[in-house]
Amino acid sequence: MVNIRNWDFRDWVTAIALVLLAIAPPIFVAIDETFYIDLVSRMLILAIAAVSLNLVLGYGGMISFGHAAYLGIGAYCVGIPAYYDVYDASVHIPLAIVMGAAFALVTGAISLRTKGVYFIMITMAFSQMVYFSLVSLEEYGGDDGLVIYSRSELPLNLGFWEFNMENDIHLYYLIFASLVGALLLVSRLVGSRFGMVIRGAKDNERRMQAIGYDTYRYRLTCYVISGALCSYAGALLGNFTSFISPEMMTWARSGELIFMVVLGGTASLFGPVLGAFAFLMAEESLSSLTDYWHLFFGPILIIVVLFARGGIHGLLGMVGRRGGRP
Amino acid sequence: MDTGLVFIQLLNGLQLGILLFLLAAGLTLVFGIMDFVNLAHGSLYMMGAFFVATLAQWSGSFLLAVALSIPLVVLLGIAVELVAIRTLYPRDHLDQVLATFGLILFFDGFVHLVWGANGMTVPLPDWLEGQIVFSESFSFPTFRVLIISVGLAVALGLFLVVTRTRIGMLIRAGASNRTMVGALGVDIKTLFTLVFAGGAALAGLAGMMISPITEASIGMGNQIIIVAFVVIIIGGIGSIKGAFIAALIVGLIDTMGRSYLDELFALLMPVRYAETAAPAVSAMLIYILMAAILAFRPQGLFPPKGR
Repeated sequence: MVNIRNWDFRDWVTAIALVLLAIAPPIFVAIDETFYIDLVSRMLILAIAAVSLNLVLGYGGMISFGHAAYLGIGAYCVGIPAYYDVYDASVHIPLAIVMGAAFALVTGAISLRTKGVYFIMITMAFSQMVYFSLVSLEEYGGDDGLVIYSRSELPLNLGFWEFNMENDIHLYYLIFASLVGALLLVSRLVGSRFGMVIRGAKDNERRMQAIGYDTYRYRLTCYVISGALCSYAGALLGNFTSFISPEMMTWARSGELIFMVVLGGTASLFGPVLGAFAFLMAEESLSSLTDYWHLFFGPILIIVVLFARGGIHGLLGMVGRRGGRP
Repeated sequence: MDTGLVFIQLLNGLQLGILLFLLAAGLTLVFGIMDFVNLAHGSLYMMGAFFVATLAQWSGSFLLAVALSIPLVVLLGIAVELVAIRTLYPRDHLDQVLATFGLILFFDGFVHLVWGANGMTVPLPDWLEGQIVFSESFSFPTFRVLIISVGLAVALGLFLVVTRTRIGMLIRAGASNRTMVGALGVDIKTLFTLVFAGGAALAGLAGMMISPITEASIGMGNQIIIVAFVVIIIGGIGSIKGAFIAALIVGLIDTMGRSYLDELFALLMPVRYAETAAPAVSAMLIYILMAAILAFRPQGLFPPKGR
């Protein structure tokens, strides 16, 4: 199925990036910069979230302004069981996926009745509901959030080697494998008949309905898959940060997720990953340079929106074509 | 229930509604006429508060500070419209949301740079500090009464401008069908700059009036702007009347919900559960209302005619 001779510039970037990510942790350890393992883990988790958002936003044309809520739901699906001393990953992970899917099903069923800017606002409203309900749940820390004292326990023992999430490198590889899995899932989905309907409905919904597809159901299914995937990323985030609070699902966080997708390139498989990396790198470097990094970050965002419509993915495509390939 | 307290909460709700109306009026016109989603409207609210805080500390007079700040916010609004917003009209909503999100970051960073990370308190003159005593159990802060009166006066003025003047006619026509208005030879670009500046003035005024109560702080516009969006969606995008009524509904529901929902819930369930559920539900009430409106009447309660 994979034919290297047909690869264009962007495919090579993707492949090289994935290889680099796969071999990164030993290198970081060797050069004694373990801080970067943390940073890249965080980038990878948000990349999964951005990939899930891209499924609805990029391929489906559904601009969800509330995807941070799913990150929060996933994280609390780790945090709340941990609060009751349940640390089993076989509880946390399925719970996160099911809760994310359930929330997406209920809110999506209502939201998808609306179009355009109303959809943007109603998804935002639902995420605000989650935010405010967790703020007012005093039992689980309310505004102050919740400390997760121990990461999920995933019993995986190969005799000579045992998986331990407390080990940052083990967690890194779990996150990396999850990202690869998410990319495979999305690439299979959008290439399938299901994906064709979703993309067709983005371009012209009426035409798809005229052909005989119940686009509402397809969209809802797509929305639920995206919600479940994003909530899974949230469960990873909860484990990674070991501290969760409602702040991680304010609407500004949803805006940042959208920016990652647009920065990387909507409706491209690997674009959101590049976007998440570029976003967090810019944030990291600007905020280490100056306390007033928002002052520069905001205009960068505006310039990207105004002048770089295809995002990084589009830019790479242009570079590739200048390289002489058709 | 204590009737005096109920009246006080009703007035608090009214005051919140009035503030929301000042924010929502500009938002709904900008949205209605140019189909433009402006998340950065809350930044103008914040800038209004910081202008007034600075000028009030400098001049010692709150009223003088307000009088000087309004033109400043108008100028800022015009500048923002000319520099950033104007190029975004033909873009889709996603681009508009993102670019104005960028503007919010810029303004938050700007305030951080100029005024520092801490909030600024705004001193009030003595005659505004007191309470108006209506009865033994019912008194209300003078300044909040002033907010309500100013807001109602502005609402009336806005209503007269929109329904009785030529410019108001153009605004209403623009909200119904902007292409047609442009085709009839109206300079829609200038009209919009004007509307945007007017909206900026109202948002700034709202920020100025709340700042003595809450103080001016970074990001103060970021929560309330979302509530203002809820208001304009409930009221119907592009409708001043809808924005006014929806703002009062949202202000009252939010305030009354936070004050009395626990007592209501206590009638239905054990007190222990009521005390947990009530704060969560009361914070969600307005979003539930908006979701219900969007699900059953997506055009809002009072959509502009001719759509």
